[in-house]
Amino acid sequence: MRHLLSCADLDLATATGILDLAEEMQQVQSRPVKKLPALRGRTIVNIFFEDSTRTRTSFEIAGKWLSADTINVSAKGSSVSKGESLRDTMLTLDAMGVDCFVIRHSSSGAAAQVASWVRAQVVNAGDGQHEHPTQALLDAYAMRQHFRTVGAEGFAGKKIAIVGDLLHSRVVRSNVLLQHTLGGEVVLVAPPTLLPTGVENWGCQISDDLDPVLGEADIVMMLRVQRERMAGGFFPTEREYTARFGLTEERLAAMKPDAAICHPGPMNRGVEISSAAADAANSLVLDQVAAGVAIRMSVLYHLLGSDEGAVH
Amino acid sequence: MVDPAPREVSTSSTDGSGPTSGSEESSRTVVDASELARSLSRIAHEILEANRGASDLVLLGIPTRGVHLARRLARLIEGIEGSPVRVGDLDITMYRDDLRSNPTRNPARTSIPGRIDDAVVVLVDDVLYSGRTIGAAIDALRDLGRPRAVRLAVLVDRGHRELPVAADHVGRTIQTAADERVQVLLTEKDGHDAVTISRGGNR
Repeated sequence: MRHLLSCADLDLATATGILDLAEEMQQVQSRPVKKLPALRGRTIVNIFFEDSTRTRTSFEIAGKWLSADTINVSAKGSSVSKGESLRDTMLTLDAMGVDCFVIRHSSSGAAAQVASWVRAQVVNAGDGQHEHPTQALLDAYAMRQHFRTVGAEGFAGKKIAIVGDLLHSRVVRSNVLLQHTLGGEVVLVAPPTLLPTGVENWGCQISDDLDPVLGEADIVMMLRVQRERMAGGFFPTEREYTARFGLTEERLAAMKPDAAICHPGPMNRGVEISSAAADAANSLVLDQVAAGVAIRMSVLYHLLGSDEGAVH
Repeated sequence: MVDPAPREVSTSSTDGSGPTSGSEESSRTVVDASELARSLSRIAHEILEANRGASDLVLLGIPTRGVHLARRLARLIEGIEGSPVRVGDLDITMYRDDLRSNPTRNPARTSIPGRIDDAVVVLVDDVLYSGRTIGAAIDALRDLGRPRAVRLAVLVDRGHRELPVAADHVGRTIQTAADERVQVLLTEKDGHDAVTISRGGNR
């Protein structure tokens, strides 16, 4: 594999391979020496043009546990703030002999653009409102673990409801693409103002009524209302949004038995998800976080473990 | 040491005792099922003798076929001693020195039965060849704990070492040419037990 830019890059064998290896990688956390030598001598630069704590940290830990040298570059205080273009910044770093860039950028398509310029391999850690493939992979990982605990194997026949601010979310597109490959059925639930353009071509059922979906979904994934990206006018009031689309305590009780709750975080408790739901026994929120390092180790190994993805 | 024998020799004279069946094209059986079972049984006894019993013993099979062999040895040792012996799997993919030059391979499972500190670990593999797998396995063990001793049991030693590695317990030593392929077949994976040698296809 050369780059991971989109979940559309993953075929079933690769996606399953990444999930399987992540299970092995999770064991490393409980070993006396939390280190595998697989990526010894590789240099990974995490370059984040947008703030992030959990994604950046988990990529850094993942690289280090695989013995790669990981370096963090944040846009603040870098030459980007002196007016250097993205292309020049990336080509400069590339010329230093970097093997892999993990990049987050506020513009959709930034990671793919960078991949077309540099010699290094590229992982998309979030590009604008477009994609966030490693988040979708760790969501799938947490879901798969949950399905196993209730005695089911795989995603076939599973209904996954993704609820909330789909317009500003990069997680939703990656999840839809990945579930399309893995075999899960995605139902999108959102107010019409928060649906992305072209969503009717994604091949998913779309609804603006959460309650009927709730009774049949195996996974209910709540997305954050991204107030910082909203200039207003998407819904009348927060209370009205919560009343129609929030996972309230009453809705928690109406969920199908054995169904679980996901949230990619950070959560707005009381808005899209109630505290009762966030902390419920069937909430996978912390499982998702725990899977973050293991999934990213698995992705980095699949990209950099062999020289076949590199340019010589 | 340089292999003194020219590569053409050793096809017929490597193993005089075993029944040879040249039925499949250039693949012949050098160890049959009953010989394989006897070899394993002898290794089980040897391990117990060297260790003076089964206490502190941990058998770790190296995937793929080493895992099955380790399980069989564990059953044999249990049969002799009457008490269970710890057995697990040790995958060494991430520790290979040729990892980068090969296509991406998904590692198999590693499962260590409890702590290995101060235990006597017996690594179990099917074929000992260059010794690089065992070198990687010793590196992997170092990250998992500090065994009191590490020993090596293999079903077949085919020579051509590239690292200073020697097995403590060997089922069968077979002289081979470098371009021959030695394959251990096990019921669990291949449907029947045998060791075969074929020409071509470097292993």
